[in-house]
Amino acid sequence: MSLLRLNNVTKRFGGLTAVNGLSFDLAEGEIVGLLGPNGSGKTTALNMISGYLPLSDGSIGLLDETISGLPPEHIAHRGVARTFQLVRALPSLSVGENVLAALAFRKAPLWGAGAKAEIDTLLADVGLGGRADQPADSLTYIDLKRMELARALASDPRLLLLDEWLAGLNPTELQAGIELISSLRQRGITILLVEHVMDAVRALCTRCIVMNTGSKIADGPTAEVLADAEVIRAYLGADHA
Amino acid sequence: MKLAAALIALLALAFVPSLVGPYPLGLMIGILGYGILATAWALFSGPTRYISLATVAFFGLGAYTVAVLSETLPYPLVLLAAAAIGLVVALLVGLATLRLAGIYFVIFTFGLTELVRQLVTYYEVNVTRTLGRYVFLPFGPEHIYWQLLALLAATLAIAFWVRQSKIGLALRVIGDDPVVASHLGIRITRAKLTLFSISAVIMTLAGAIQAPRWTYIEPSIVFNPTTSFLVVIMALLGGPNRLFGPLLGAIPLFLLFEWLSANFPNHYSIILGLLFIAIVFVLPNGVLAAVDSVRARLTRKEASA
Repeated sequence: MSLLRLNNVTKRFGGLTAVNGLSFDLAEGEIVGLLGPNGSGKTTALNMISGYLPLSDGSIGLLDETISGLPPEHIAHRGVARTFQLVRALPSLSVGENVLAALAFRKAPLWGAGAKAEIDTLLADVGLGGRADQPADSLTYIDLKRMELARALASDPRLLLLDEWLAGLNPTELQAGIELISSLRQRGITILLVEHVMDAVRALCTRCIVMNTGSKIADGPTAEVLADAEVIRAYLGADHA
Repeated sequence: MKLAAALIALLALAFVPSLVGPYPLGLMIGILGYGILATAWALFSGPTRYISLATVAFFGLGAYTVAVLSETLPYPLVLLAAAAIGLVVALLVGLATLRLAGIYFVIFTFGLTELVRQLVTYYEVNVTRTLGRYVFLPFGPEHIYWQLLALLAATLAIAFWVRQSKIGLALRVIGDDPVVASHLGIRITRAKLTLFSISAVIMTLAGAIQAPRWTYIEPSIVFNPTTSFLVVIMALLGGPNRLFGPLLGAIPLFLLFEWLSANFPNHYSIILGLLFIAIVFVLPNGVLAAVDSVRARLTRKEASA
C-alpha cells in the first residue's frame, strides 16, 4: 500500500495553472526526487501536500485517509513534516526551543525532561550538538538548515518534504548534507525532496519525478529519468536533446 | 527563593494604605490599575506582536457591569458577572478577529472599543433612559487598593505560568512565524483565543474593581481610548516580553502622565504622542532589553580589553 497518493492534483492561481493534473504514489521508505525547472510547480505541489495551499482540483491521500482539505496542523499530526525553500527559523527562540516547538505540539507530545533529552539527541544527529541554548538568529545558513531539519524530524514524521534543502551550500557542506539526509533512510522515513543539485539527486534518490510547466513529464528510476530526452529538453532547451 | 521574595514584597505592599496619605495612595491605585492592564495586555500582545487597542473596551465593560449590577447583586457575584461578560465578549471578538493580522487587527480592536461604547450608550439612552450612573459601594480607597494588589499578584502569577507553559511557547512560535506554527501542529486560533480571553478577563476585572473610585460613571469616562494607548506605551517601554517589563513601564509613565495632565492639560496629548513615537523608535524591545544589551556590550569590551 502506498503512503502518499496524489490524484489529479491541480492548482490554479487566477488564470495560471501552476500544477496541472499531477498524480503519483510514494511507497513507504522511498526517497524520491521531485525535479523540474524553476516555475514548474514543484514547491506548489509540496505546499498542497503539507496543507499550506488548498487544492483547486484532485485529492491527496495519506495511507487510507484523504488529507487534502485539512489544515496544516491536522496534516502535521498525521505524520507529514517539511522544511521550506527559504529557511524559516523561529528567530526569537533558541535553537533548542525551535526543536521543542515541534516536540511539544506533535501527535505524541514531549515536554519537560523527556523533551530535553530528545532535543539533545536530535541536535546531535544533525551536527548541532551542544548548541541548544544558542539564539536561532545567531546561526550560519547551513546551521539554520540543520536546525530546520532537526525541527522537522522532531515532529516524528512518516513523510518528510524537503524543499531545496541542499541549495546554497558549498561543496564541503553539500557532502555533509547528503550524508545527513542519507542517514535518515535508517529511520524509515519516506522522503520527497525538491532538488536542483543533481549530484545529490543521484546519490540519494532511487526514483525521480520530473515536472515541467505544472505537469508530470517523467517518473521512474533516477538514472533512466535523468537520461530521458524530454527531461533534458525541459531543463536545457531543445538544442541539447 | 524568588517566590519567597515575591510573597514578602506582596505582604509589604499590603501595608501601604496604613502608612501613606490619601494622595500617595491614589497614585498607588493608579499604578496598580495600569500595571495590571499593561501586564495583561502583554500576556497576549507580547509574544504574538498583535497590537490590541481593545484594552479599554474590556476595562469599561467591567466598570459598567459594576455600575449596573452593584445595587442588585452581592459584590462577589458582580465581579463574577463582570468576568463572565469580559470572557463572552473576548470569545466573540476573538473568533471574529484573530484571523486578521497586522494593521487590520489594530484597526479592528480600535473600532471595537468605539462600537462597545456606542452600544452601551444606545442601551442606556433608549432602554434604561439614564446615561450616567452612580456607583455606591461601601469601599474606601484602601479596599480598592487591596483588591487591585491581589489582582496584580494573580496576573503576574498567570504571566509567570504562561511563560513556561506549552501555550506560552505556542504563542511565541505564532508570533515568529504562523506558517511554521501550523506546520508543527499548533492550533493557532485556539492558542490565540485562549490567551486573548485570559487577558481580556483580567482587564475587565481591573475595570470592575476600580469602578467605585469614580462614583459617577458614563461611557465617555470608562471607554476613553487614551487608556488603550497608554497601556501599549507602558508595556512597550518596559518590554512586553518580560515578566515585570509592563509593570515597570507603567510606574514611571503613570506618574509622568499624572504630572503632565495636572500641569499641561492642553498639551497633554501632544506630549503623549511624541513619547509614543520616541519609545517605538529608541526602545523597540523595551528598557529592560536595552539595559541588557548595554550590559552585554560592556562585558564584551571588558573581555576584549
